[in-house]
Formats: sequence, structure tokens, C-alpha cells
Amino acid sequence: MLKGLTGVRAFFAYSVIFTALVFICCSSENKKSDKVQVDMNSSEQDSLALKGIKAAKQVFYSLPSPLETAMILKRAGAVYSEEILNSADNTSRYNTNKSMALNLGIYSTDLSYASLFDQTQASIRYMTASKKMAEGLGILNAIDNSIIERLEANVNNRDVILDLISETLLNTNSNLEENDRVSVGSIILVGGWVEGLYIAITLAENSKTDNSELINRIIDQKLSLNTVINLLNQNLDNADIKSVLADVNEIKAIYDQVSISVSGVEAIPNSKSGVTTLRSKNVTSVSPEVFTKLKAKVVEIRNKYTY
Amino acid sequence: MKSLAYIAIVSIFLAASLTGGAQCKNFAKKICKQELAPYIHDGNFNAAILTEGEDAELFKTFYAGQEYRISICCEETLPKVEFKVFDVDKKLLYTNASNNYSTSWDFKVEATQQLIIVVKIPSDENNADIPTSGCVAIMFGLKTE
Repeated sequence: MLKGLTGVRAFFAYSVIFTALVFICCSSENKKSDKVQVDMNSSEQDSLALKGIKAAKQVFYSLPSPLETAMILKRAGAVYSEEILNSADNTSRYNTNKSMALNLGIYSTDLSYASLFDQTQASIRYMTASKKMAEGLGILNAIDNSIIERLEANVNNRDVILDLISETLLNTNSNLEENDRVSVGSIILVGGWVEGLYIAITLAENSKTDNSELINRIIDQKLSLNTVINLLNQNLDNADIKSVLADVNEIKAIYDQVSISVSGVEAIPNSKSGVTTLRSKNVTSVSPEVFTKLKAKVVEIRNKYTY
Repeated sequence: MKSLAYIAIVSIFLAASLTGGAQCKNFAKKICKQELAPYIHDGNFNAAILTEGEDAELFKTFYAGQEYRISICCEETLPKVEFKVFDVDKKLLYTNASNNYSTSWDFKVEATQQLIIVVKIPSDENNADIPTSGCVAIMFGLKTE
């Protein structure tokens, strides 16, 4: 079949066939009952097969990262309150994959929140706590000693610190994706999201000034909640995911009584700043009773994760 | 022979997707993250190996008051990437096709809302043989105060 092909062409042709054979062998070893019959003369099947490959679609559900959550809180007028955070001394409590993943998310949000308020000593403590959780989960090198050293060397440079946090989050997420541990990554994100909601709710409750922006951001979480559920639904074969989803569904049952409607979205470009503004009509409604129920449920679930 | 070639193409795609994770991570860290500056990367990793003709969809909630940069970053082997932003009613809000295929878009929302980002690798009609594939990352930058 490959007569007449020489040099690079022959090498390429043999490589292609070798790769195909390796793949076919591996596949048949894993799933011996799956047999695919290929009609070698059917160009129609070939074209359908190619179309099938091309039609594949990747779908991503992106939750606010711990860094984004902390920024949203600060912009909404949050103040710094270290006593509401999960103590960095609690790391020895977390020994299971689920508890370490949830608390890696929780500590990452606490780290981002402390850093945005220039709380350098707390930031170092939370980075160290995050490192312990990441190591416990076998996410090696996501947060190494050099990151802690760089954090300590840049205590007065918030942008560098935020960039370091961003780097550790990216290292963690990509490491998990690379090693086919997406479910652990989802649990970390949910832990971070619950902590953000807990901080917002606790600060709004304790606030003595106008807390309307914080309350708006708490209501807005109904929109991210759908993303949380879609994200968890992608890995339902994992027992830890199932149990986290059960908790999230309890929060959803309350958020179902909150109404948010966004309509008439319009993009208004600004050629001077280069930043487009998306204008829309936004109507939200939540009763005080529902808000009280939401607060109680979020506090209950967050405390279950940290104790 | 034609069928054999197609089987080979399929196996190359699958082999590439198995080894592509590490390649994509390094690409996202070394190249894509830089393109977000001066915005700070949110830390999320949304990247995959895509092939000509394929598309990817990303669902994300954007929050009132926060300014964002979306950056679509793909390997040089891929043709110009198209990206579009829709609201939840599938109304088109932005397409880079009308902006010289720019790979980033800066925006803010007056009210918190979910948006859908669709990224498509167009088919190269001049390439009748093996479709090209490569790493595509959808990255979000956050403007700090």
C-alpha cells in the first residue's frame, strides 16, 4: 500500500497508520464489547464521521473565581472583618478530599478578600493554609514555597499579590484539568463561592450603614447558582459532587423564591475609553422572610464545611 | 485508503486531546495571561484543544460595577478565531468579526447578568486535507481599583 512512498512521505504515512493502530488497539482493550464496523468503500460514512468530529462542542460553566468574588464584595462596599473568616489554624480538621477541596476554595476566597484590604499577615497565613490544602489534595507545585516567598517580599505591592493569587488559582485549576480531576476543581470553586456568599451575608447583617449594594450582590448570586448546578451536574458520578449538589439544591430552593429579570440588553461602545457598557432593565424582588431563610441556610452550610 | 486516512485523522485528534492538556496549560500561562494586562486574570482556566469547524460555548455571570476584559487566545497554527457575546435571549451583543477579529473586548455591565461567549474556529476552505487543531483559551481579566 505504501509502495512508491519514500523518505519523509513514507515516514509520515507509517506514523499515521501506526498512530491509528495504537489507538484502535487501546480502544479495543478498554472496551472489548464495542465494535465498530467500517465499510472501507463508503465515502458517505467517512463524511458523516468527519462531520461528527467537527460538530463536537465544548461547553464551559465559569463560576466567579475567589479573586473575582472578593473584588465584587469590595466594590459593593464590604469592609474587612477577619473574625468572620475561616481561621487558618483550622487546616488540621480537613482530612478528606471533599473537605480539603471545599476548604481550599474557602481559604482562597479568604486570601483574596484579605489581600484586597491590604491585610498582608492574614494573606500570608491564608496562602499557607491554601498550600496545605492543595498539597493534601496532591495538587503539587500549584502553591510552592517560592510563591509564599514572593508574597512576603511584596507585602506592600497589592498588584503583585493579586497576580500571585491569580497564578496559584490558575496553577490549581489547570493541574486538576490536566490530571482529569475536574470534579475536585468544581468542589473547590463551590467552596469559594459559598464563602463569598457567607461573607456578603454576614457583613450585610452586621452593617450599620447602607448595605443595599451588598444585598444586591447577594441576590445576584441566583444567576451564578445556575452555573454552580450545571458545573456539578457534569460530574454526577462522583459521590462528593452528589453531596455538595444536595447542599446547593437546598440553597436553590430558597433562591427559587427570589425573582430577577434582565431585559432589553444593549451594548453602548465608548470609543474614547474603549470600554463598552451593557445597559439593561433589571428588576429584582425578594421578601425579608426569604432573605432571612437564605441567610440561615448559607450560614448552616458554610459552617458544616468548615467544622 | 480514504477511510484509512480518516481513521488516522480521528486517532490523531484523540491522541492530541490526550497530550494537549499540558500544552494548553503552558500556552494559557505563558501567552494568554500576558494579553490580559493591565487587567488581572481571574485565575480560572477555560481552555481546550479545538479543531477547525468546532466551536465552544462559555456561560458566565458578570457583575455590576466590575470592568472585564475577555481575551480569546489561540495558537498561531489556527486560523483567525471568531468570538461572539450573546445575552441569555441569544441577542448578539458583540462580534469580533466587525472589529477586525480583535482577540479581546473590554466591557462592564450596568446590571448583573449572565452572558454566553461563543468561540468558533472557522474551517479553512483552502485546506482540504487534515483540519488544523490547537489550544484555545477563553480568559477573563478583572480591572482593579
